[in-house]
Amino acid sequence: MGLVSATIEGIRAGVANGTATATSVAEQHYARIAADDGPSGKGINSFLALSRDRALAQAAKIDALAAKGDPLPALAGVPVGIKDVLTMTGSPATASSLILKGYMPPYDATAVTRLESAGAVLLGKLNCDEFAMGSSNENSAYGPVRNPRALDRVPGGSSGGSAAAVAAGFAVASLGSDTGGSIRQPAAFCGVVGVLPTYGRVSRFGLIAFASSLDRVGPFATNVRDAATMLSVLAGQDKKDATCSDRPVGDYVSAMEKPVKGLHIGVPAEYFGEGLDPQIRAAIERALDSLRSAGCEIKKITLPHTKYAIPTYYVIATAEASANLSRFDGVRFGLRADGVKTLSAMFRETRDQGFGAEVKRRILLGTYALSAGYYDAYYLKAQQVRTLLTRDFLAAFTQVDAIVAPITPTPTWKLGEKTADPLQMYLEDIYSVAASLAGICAMSVPCGETASGLPIGVQIMGPHFNEETMLRVGLAVETARG
Amino acid sequence: MADVAGVTMDEVLRVAELANLDLTAEEVPRMQHDLNAILRHIAQLNELDTSGVPAMAQVGEMLGAEMESTGATLRADVLLPSIDRKAVMAAAPESDGRFFKVPKVIER
Repeated sequence: MGLVSATIEGIRAGVANGTATATSVAEQHYARIAADDGPSGKGINSFLALSRDRALAQAAKIDALAAKGDPLPALAGVPVGIKDVLTMTGSPATASSLILKGYMPPYDATAVTRLESAGAVLLGKLNCDEFAMGSSNENSAYGPVRNPRALDRVPGGSSGGSAAAVAAGFAVASLGSDTGGSIRQPAAFCGVVGVLPTYGRVSRFGLIAFASSLDRVGPFATNVRDAATMLSVLAGQDKKDATCSDRPVGDYVSAMEKPVKGLHIGVPAEYFGEGLDPQIRAAIERALDSLRSAGCEIKKITLPHTKYAIPTYYVIATAEASANLSRFDGVRFGLRADGVKTLSAMFRETRDQGFGAEVKRRILLGTYALSAGYYDAYYLKAQQVRTLLTRDFLAAFTQVDAIVAPITPTPTWKLGEKTADPLQMYLEDIYSVAASLAGICAMSVPCGETASGLPIGVQIMGPHFNEETMLRVGLAVETARG
Repeated sequence: MADVAGVTMDEVLRVAELANLDLTAEEVPRMQHDLNAILRHIAQLNELDTSGVPAMAQVGEMLGAEMESTGATLRADVLLPSIDRKAVMAAAPESDGRFFKVPKVIER
């Protein structure tokens, strides 16, 4: 079984019929990580920690099930990596920050528990931007991640390690988190599939919080069917997360068999303006042509407040971050500055030593936006515009079943190219943040390459809690590309 | 919206104090520059008249009656397992196993 072509169903079937064992599949993936992830290999730097004991114990359990001829669960023997903003006992949870260096969490995130209960073999923890703040994975305290498709370029962020590990064949699927584009953008940059489920669809218990009204957990995979299988395992109510919905979970796997003929696809004018790379525009247009050929009706729509999404996002996300990150103070977990004489000095020095520049910048911006005299002008205003942005989508979804648009204005850029100017980096999120603010589901599916071979992704957005339609459109794009 | 003439050096220091961040002498002007650039971009929200538009704090409230967790029913008050105290305390920088230990609270 070749690693790159490994799929969830391929591995499950192989383990079931005895042509492979979960243990040998796990060892193959660890061998590839050992060869290529470190500085002596390709230096991709996607894994921060390996959970070999836990993975091999789980693989042995799956192999025992298979030997008895018992039915195997959906992810039996599938090697999966976990973004290091989710807790997993036995491995450190650092959020790629020095302030949590070596922190051993005392419980598993619900998403981690669900994957393991479905038979997944959890290989380890994946690099990301510090506290999931970034669009290039260059804000990690443990070094940047290289894009497996172009080693001198960024994998995107913040879930850069999660996208790179799947693209490099280190894992068959992975978990990421997406607050303003952190699953969809790296998926596009690395040429893999990334899904942002509807807000409330997947539990966030055990996710280290960045911006609580925006944070979501979702999967990466090499193809749309695998992403649907991952989502079917992850989705559903969790009593440990009050924001997690009790709505019935759709049958994402069966949805893959339903044709897209007759679906109405919206194309928002605001996503095709100045600044969109012409090669990306052409690739999206080819994807739309293939949907038209598959019997979809393509309609022009408008999402008039789109240009306000970035300023709205950077007020709300930083305000919430400044509150969430106040818990990192040297008292209960992680780093504590040495030699401090008083409590308040301990807070300040611990946070100064533990947080990187981008995290400090966002905490300062958020604290400013929430401070006396500015609250109404910034935070309240942004929350009002968030209502307008969400109404745009609610109105659009009365006319169309799904929306197709670019996810990034440009393909992946060179490491170090955009680190000097934080605002320039923020503007890269132009096509991803509106779906985050509105809480709708969205995904990125590979739809082509630039002339120099850099991956291009297309974004498919669906109504709240209608992941089935989104996934069907994603599969149609993927199938047409062949 | 607020005056976007600019955040002063003193305001950066004041916000850093509120956020319990110690900034180095080199960090202060850099942060001042970055905050001003970002705030100038954010100022475009002023173009929109939002009078009468409700503030959206979370996604659920936009879905109206369709959204479930209204709090109308409370969960049963039953004891469930919680995280092991020993494991929690073991992750603390300084602890006697029962409490978190910190430096002096009152400064003189």
